[in-house]
Amino acid sequence: MTKEKSQNSYLYGLGKGLPIGLGYLSVSFGFGITAVGMGIDPIGTILISLTNLTSAGQVAGIGIIAACGTIIEMILAQLIINIRYCLMGLALTQKLDASFTTIHRMITSFAITDEVFAVAAAERGLIGRRFMYGLITLPPVGWTFGTALGVFAGQILPESLCVALGLAIYSMFIAIIVPPAKADKGVLLAVLIASCMSCAFYYLPYLSGISTGFQIIICAVAASAVMAFVAPKDGEED
Amino acid sequence: MDKMFFAYLVAMALVTYAIRMIPFTVMRTKIKSPYIRSFLFYVPYSVLGAMTFPYIFYATENVVTATLGTAVAFVLAYFNFSLLTVAICACAVAFVTGLIF
Repeated sequence: MTKEKSQNSYLYGLGKGLPIGLGYLSVSFGFGITAVGMGIDPIGTILISLTNLTSAGQVAGIGIIAACGTIIEMILAQLIINIRYCLMGLALTQKLDASFTTIHRMITSFAITDEVFAVAAAERGLIGRRFMYGLITLPPVGWTFGTALGVFAGQILPESLCVALGLAIYSMFIAIIVPPAKADKGVLLAVLIASCMSCAFYYLPYLSGISTGFQIIICAVAASAVMAFVAPKDGEED
Repeated sequence: MDKMFFAYLVAMALVTYAIRMIPFTVMRTKIKSPYIRSFLFYVPYSVLGAMTFPYIFYATENVVTATLGTAVAFVLAYFNFSLLTVAICACAVAFVTGLIF
């Protein structure tokens, strides 16, 4: 096996994590406002963000807490909504270099979010643990700090600015998707299939009743399965 | 915060962590199957596509400003501007147009 180049710079990872952390600031800000509005304890809300680091799962979670749901319901909801992380973690193991021993895998896996995964997966070649630690330094800070801001100081930012910041995380997704989609027709098609399916789930009756977490799983699995068949990417790392 | 809240919190955090940690820690071999490798190659792009659309158009509570911001994000991303630049410009456009529309 030829030795592949490995990206293992902490500072490089930190830089890649900065826009994710900033994006999270605005998203979690909204989460903080929503949670307190639903009657969740302010400190409890911050603890949820600190320990979960996931948007869809947390929103579903506070819904269950507010409705006094059962613990079983909570566990099932988190399993279903967050099962995509299982897929992402699995995909990411294929890019890890030898510096990722068990303990480092156990620590860094805590911060595998959609965005962290997308950025790490988009890295050419293998990734080292220093890069990963750099990448996951700022996202939890932004996520937790943003939640605290939303909980305690929802008044300091004008409404018009808050809503505009809602675009941050999605425009970041666009910035991640577009360059590889421009270069690779398979990627472009995968994105188009998943996006069209997601729109169908959102707008069509009956389908829109399926939870957001499930919708993402179905769209992503279907689009990836089709494209892996139509345009296989075997052998090469990129 | 009462005991019940902590039970919810622990359940949420543990399930979410287990889903992330177990496959990431246990999987040590390179996947050989070209089909599965291809499938995993496409997963991040599919996930992001499904998470972005149509939600991006409702991200600012105003479809007009969100669409304009999205358009700017597309153009900048097409010319390979950094994630942060794209995000800041898209938000700025949504903010400014939000003052008009």
